[in-house]
Amino acid sequence: MLAWIPLFPLLCFLVNCAWYAFGQAPRGKEKAGALIPGLIASFSIFASFLVSLVLFLKLQGLEPEQRIINQSLYNWFSVANLHVEMAFRLDALSAIFSVFITGVATLIHIYSIGYMSHDATPGKYFAYLNLFCFSMLMLILGASLPILFLGWEGVGLCSYLLIGYWYADTLKASAGKKAFVVNRIGDLGFLLGMFLIFYSFGSLDFEAVRSIVVGTAHGEGTIHGVGQGTITVICTLLFIGCMGKSAQIPLYVWLPDAMAGPTPVSALIHAATMVTSGIYLVSRLNFLYSLSPTAMSIVAITGAVTAFFAATIAIAQTDIKKVLAYSTVSQLGYMFLACGVGAYTAGVFHVITHAFFKALLFLGAGSVIHGMHDEQDILKMGGLKSKMPKTWLTFTVGLLAICGLPPFSGFFSKDEILWQAFSSPSGSVILWLLGAVTAVMTAFYMTRLYSLTFLGTPRFSENRPHTGAKVIPHQSHSFPHDGHGHGQSHESGGVHESPSLMIIPLQVLAVLSFAGGLIGIPHFSWLDHWLETVIPTHHAVSSGTAPAMEWVLMGVSIFGAAVGMIFALKLYSNLDLVSHLKTRFAPIHKLLENKWYVDEIFNFLFIRPIYQLSLALWKGFDVAVIDRLALSLGWMSERTGQTVRVIQTGSLHVYAIMTLLGLIMTVGYLMYGMA
Amino acid sequence: MIALNPYFFYFFAGLAIACALFVVLKKNPVASAFSLVVVFFSFAAIYAMLEAHLIAALQILVYAGAIMVLFIFVIMLLNQDGPSLDLNRSPLYARILGGAACLGIFASFLFAFKNATLITATGLFTPERIEAAGGNTQVISELMFSEYILPFELTSVLLLAAIVASVAVAKRKRMESEP
Amino acid sequence: MSPVEPWVVLAFSSAIFFIGLYGVMVRRNIIVILMSIELMLNAVNLTFILFSRQLNDLSGQMSVFFIITVAAAESAVGLGLVIAMFRTLRSVDTDEIQLLKG
Repeated sequence: MLAWIPLFPLLCFLVNCAWYAFGQAPRGKEKAGALIPGLIASFSIFASFLVSLVLFLKLQGLEPEQRIINQSLYNWFSVANLHVEMAFRLDALSAIFSVFITGVATLIHIYSIGYMSHDATPGKYFAYLNLFCFSMLMLILGASLPILFLGWEGVGLCSYLLIGYWYADTLKASAGKKAFVVNRIGDLGFLLGMFLIFYSFGSLDFEAVRSIVVGTAHGEGTIHGVGQGTITVICTLLFIGCMGKSAQIPLYVWLPDAMAGPTPVSALIHAATMVTSGIYLVSRLNFLYSLSPTAMSIVAITGAVTAFFAATIAIAQTDIKKVLAYSTVSQLGYMFLACGVGAYTAGVFHVITHAFFKALLFLGAGSVIHGMHDEQDILKMGGLKSKMPKTWLTFTVGLLAICGLPPFSGFFSKDEILWQAFSSPSGSVILWLLGAVTAVMTAFYMTRLYSLTFLGTPRFSENRPHTGAKVIPHQSHSFPHDGHGHGQSHESGGVHESPSLMIIPLQVLAVLSFAGGLIGIPHFSWLDHWLETVIPTHHAVSSGTAPAMEWVLMGVSIFGAAVGMIFALKLYSNLDLVSHLKTRFAPIHKLLENKWYVDEIFNFLFIRPIYQLSLALWKGFDVAVIDRLALSLGWMSERTGQTVRVIQTGSLHVYAIMTLLGLIMTVGYLMYGMA
Repeated sequence: MIALNPYFFYFFAGLAIACALFVVLKKNPVASAFSLVVVFFSFAAIYAMLEAHLIAALQILVYAGAIMVLFIFVIMLLNQDGPSLDLNRSPLYARILGGAACLGIFASFLFAFKNATLITATGLFTPERIEAAGGNTQVISELMFSEYILPFELTSVLLLAAIVASVAVAKRKRMESEP
Repeated sequence: MSPVEPWVVLAFSSAIFFIGLYGVMVRRNIIVILMSIELMLNAVNLTFILFSRQLNDLSGQMSVFFIITVAAAESAVGLGLVIAMFRTLRSVDTDEIQLLKG
């Protein structure tokens, strides 16, 4: 039964591939319909969701120690001491992940049916989505590191395929390439970590490694012959993999560019699922991380700095999806901050609530883009509150959730992280401060986005020329644009609300964003309890922190969020003041808007030297040496032919003489050679 | 042991060698052809001395009588009957080299023949028995149509092919479509 | 005089053979070359006859029979080719046959 969870999307991937290859591609663009492949894909994910739910409830009925379902399909390979089975493992952590992933994915699939209704190749799109869900579920349900890595690579592949979905545009294709290459860099770290785990512990199975590590007494110098340093190295290498997949500094650069893909893809992959696989990995291996304070502080510091850094960039962005992308990077930083201070449960909690409200925000943005006929520049929007009321309402819920106002879900999870950052033995005040300032900035830029998009007066003409081509905003750099092609049959000019296929998932997600926090209310946390079998909780509080500090910090964070929101609302209702401030602080604004020039720095430091090297190798070695070598063979045979040609004189006499010579030699050999 | 009369043998052998040299050294092709006829006659004589009577007769009939006639026909047809100076000589070095090579190998052959030991006669066709069976021609004819019937038939096919081939190669082609 | 030894006959036969070979190598007139080839064939015939007499085996004479026949056929075809060549080249000089050069 467990194997059906990833199997449904795999089967429907094959069905959709067949549908696309045989049914749709021959028929061409005009007859491409999104309904059938979309329904197939959505049903498959919904089926996975139902199975996940059933198994989740089954697990709930069991005793805590027995909350494990294992299923091994077959032996994948066995080499010497390494035995890898195609095995799935459902325990508390993977159960909760699989439920919310399949649930959110179902909603996004349904949304996609509406969003991609005018696209030329929806069959291909839904096939890719199915493949992605299959890989993600393999990642979550894998019982050992190789299976997890299988899913890890699979989601990387699907991310590439889906980001570069409109590959005819070179910018979008490059964005896909960038995502894949940067991911690959992270995967190197992951692989090295995996090798080291096998070398140290002799097995790659989660349960086996866990029993080895946990069974041995703590506090001694080595565990099973493995030193502290090795464990730190393992954890850091695995975290490098997480840096790539979950977009932390320095490997986050692919995520903003990934907005070139269709908006539901951004919602699914880059908000709710793929980017959370890093946190899943760290939580899964929490027993290793807990043994190495160095690795934990690396994780925490990277998370906090990333959160802060990305928030500063988001303040100055003008593309609606870019703001949300940097917001995702920032929130992922929060999650790693939580894991780094030992509060893995808080990290998982934030994963779940973030999935809800970030997916909601992205889908809402998609609805806005759809309604504005492919406009993505928020400076050209405004006043959409009256024109797209349902989208506006759901977006407001998402906004309040991400800013962290009670009783929305984001409040509970973010607050738990900040409290743990402050009070945990591995935490510190500085980490809390970074997190708190980031929270204020988050409230600010999200409200700025909200205000510029929905409030105020419209900054666009009502009857916009309906081109269907991408409208380049005036402050663009390399701008991957989400241009889902509108057919000419769409009514031109008016900004309209989106169809209900797109609105209903928004509404469901809004409800979840509002109520989802209830699973993790501090001190009554159901989630903490549930995950205890996998993540042993310890509510340790570092000395010097009074328990009452928790309420103080809660108040501080609410106050900060409120301040940020009100400030943004006031500021952006007066747009002249905004432009005045922009000119006054022009250098800072320019720096933030250009993303701290990180892409340019990477280009200068890494990409250009490698490019020059490859150019030199190509010209200096491949062309000069190898090509010459290969061509010289042909040249040699030609020269040999020319030389031997001399023998063919065409003269009878010469041939006769040659015969005589041969005769002489033969006779001579026969008569005297044997003597 | 062969019972060859030395006088006759040396006479015909000498004649043959002299005329063979005329064949390769004379400028006029007709002279070469007639010298060759004399060579064939000498050979026929030597065959007869070696008790190969049928072969001797066939040598004269076929070689001297048919093949040389054909040669003379062709020489006359192509108007080659005058002495052709430029067709005569290869460059000097070729002649020297060729002569030296031939002499050299001839010398080695001579050496080998002189020092070889002759194997004993093992066949059944001793001259007495051939005489008793009715003579050389009789015996050969009987052999031809019993043991050697297959090569005989194949040779007739070969002759047929040669006829067709020489007609096809040598006939004047009609000027058909393009020049 | 003493009877003729077999090696004398063989020496004579090889002499004729090499005279014919010399003719093939040196002469440029194609008809004379064909005649030299006939000389070589005759030398071989003599060798066959001699050994047939030596070994009391008539298969030597049978071979000569067939060699004569084949030589006749070969001369016929060869002279036909000479005539064809003469039509194109207007000469019987072998040095003018250069089509296969190179």
